[in-house]
Amino acid sequence: MDKLGGAVRELSRIDENLKNQTWLVRLHPLVKLLVSVLYIAMTVSVPVLNIGMLLLMAVYPVVLFITGDVSFRDSLRRLKVVLPLVCFVGVLNPFFDKTPVMLAEGLMVTGGVISMVTLMVKGVLTVLAAYLLIATTGIERICYALRQLHVPQLIVTQILLTYRYISLLLTEMKKTVDAYKLRAPGQRGIHIRAWGSLVGGLLLRSIDRANVLYESMILRGFHGEFYYSGAGKAETADYIYLIAWTVCFIVIRLFGGRI
Amino acid sequence: MHMADALISPTVGAAMYTASAVAAVYSVKKIKEENDLTKIPVMGVTGAFVFATQMLNFTIPGTGASGHLCGGMLLTAILGPYAAFLTMISILLIQCLLFADGGLLALGCNIWNMAFYGCFLGYFLIWSPMMKGQMTRKRIMAASIIGCVVTLQLGAFSVVLETLASGITALPFSVFALTMQPIHLIIGFIEGLITAAVLVFVYESRPELLRNSGNAEASGKRSLKMTLAILAVITVLCGGLFSLFASSNPDGLEWSIERIVDGDLEESDEGAYATAGKIQEATAILPDYAFKNSETVAGTTVSGIAGSAVVVAVCALVCVMLKALTKKKA
Repeated sequence: MDKLGGAVRELSRIDENLKNQTWLVRLHPLVKLLVSVLYIAMTVSVPVLNIGMLLLMAVYPVVLFITGDVSFRDSLRRLKVVLPLVCFVGVLNPFFDKTPVMLAEGLMVTGGVISMVTLMVKGVLTVLAAYLLIATTGIERICYALRQLHVPQLIVTQILLTYRYISLLLTEMKKTVDAYKLRAPGQRGIHIRAWGSLVGGLLLRSIDRANVLYESMILRGFHGEFYYSGAGKAETADYIYLIAWTVCFIVIRLFGGRI
Repeated sequence: MHMADALISPTVGAAMYTASAVAAVYSVKKIKEENDLTKIPVMGVTGAFVFATQMLNFTIPGTGASGHLCGGMLLTAILGPYAAFLTMISILLIQCLLFADGGLLALGCNIWNMAFYGCFLGYFLIWSPMMKGQMTRKRIMAASIIGCVVTLQLGAFSVVLETLASGITALPFSVFALTMQPIHLIIGFIEGLITAAVLVFVYESRPELLRNSGNAEASGKRSLKMTLAILAVITVLCGGLFSLFASSNPDGLEWSIERIVDGDLEESDEGAYATAGKIQEATAILPDYAFKNSETVAGTTVSGIAGSAVVVAVCALVCVMLKALTKKKA
């Protein structure tokens, strides 16, 4: 149940991070979104056998973590969410793929071992890239970038509304669950008898809250569209960032395997 | 069941983004046609509610096992399929960005696996037909359990197909599927029970909040048309993906022809076959999984790995030095 408290802390940590106006935070959100997606696509498309090329792709997170003042320790927490499924898929590879591969003179491993390692490295790198994006951009500015990419207004509005209410509902749910735990000491999880009333009650309160919210939105002139604190136009530094990383990724993909 | 980026190839990621985007654009169109602004805050708040509820553990008496709420079925029963689908998209995007639950490239896959089946199939094939006539507690419970089990099975099967189509795992299709499906059968049942408990509570307290057959979009020809359209999309998608897992052993047709010609079928080196082969070779972007001639593959040697590590280390060192210099100047 501490997941609720952990989630609230994680949200506030990201908000705190954004107050630190580093060069990376100041960059245009659309540029950061595009570079992140390009990096992830380039990383996952590295051929299975090419661990050397994959390690070179680590240049991106390493440079950004150091120069952007982003906490590496915070990002590591996220790996425990992703790695179980990746490991589940990867760890069985050595049993099914026993093709011998020579790493060096006298050093043979199986193809399954290499593909397992590759999968795990890819898992780590892609998670770090996504973390760098959110930690230096924030949901609101990512929504702004999505609007610039012509993602429908309704979807972007939903993301923003959901995000704004998550902290509130997480806190409320934590209070409800804490109260439940005090009445049911030593019990793991929520008992079947309380499933409907505990969660259903919160759901009904949430829907009522949404109706009150709608009335207040109408009073403030809402007509189906939110206005964002925009990031303005992209500047020279943004273009340099985009071009530099694009060239870097292409060079690694073209020549990385020859090192 | 959230898929990570490492489990898919860019090709599969792009294909699933396209499929999910089509469903999203259609949902936006339907919501706009309804022109009901009150729905927007309800979608946002219920999205946040599902997000928070999915962090709760519900214990199964006598087993020690626990489960989570199935967001897709719950939302589709309250908001209807289109609003539920858009709400699930926002939940999945936030889970992916804020909590690394699912990857950015794999978002299209996750939307398809968890939102599409739960919201559209869950509503049109299970919730709506079962609620026709009179809505009762038993029907709600049955619809919730069947809906969660079926949609989760489809989602888990899609994970298997997407992972195998990406060439990520050496697991044979049958082993992977037999590992995933039974686990998700149990999870689906537990999630169905939890969803049923919540929906029955809502039904007893505020029945008007639940969608039933009285809704315009759930009745008559439109419902059937939509069902057929969804089934057609699934058929095309499954057909396309299944073809990627063709067995290396001859199928029935090939086996028959080999018997007839009394030998192996060989590809032609001339004409259209050769040209098509060259085009295929030049445009293939799925990463290789074959380990043939592995001794000559570049980039797998220890020196290659060490070289890459040195480059990354040099980059890190330069960055640290630059940062130190900037701080000194400041």
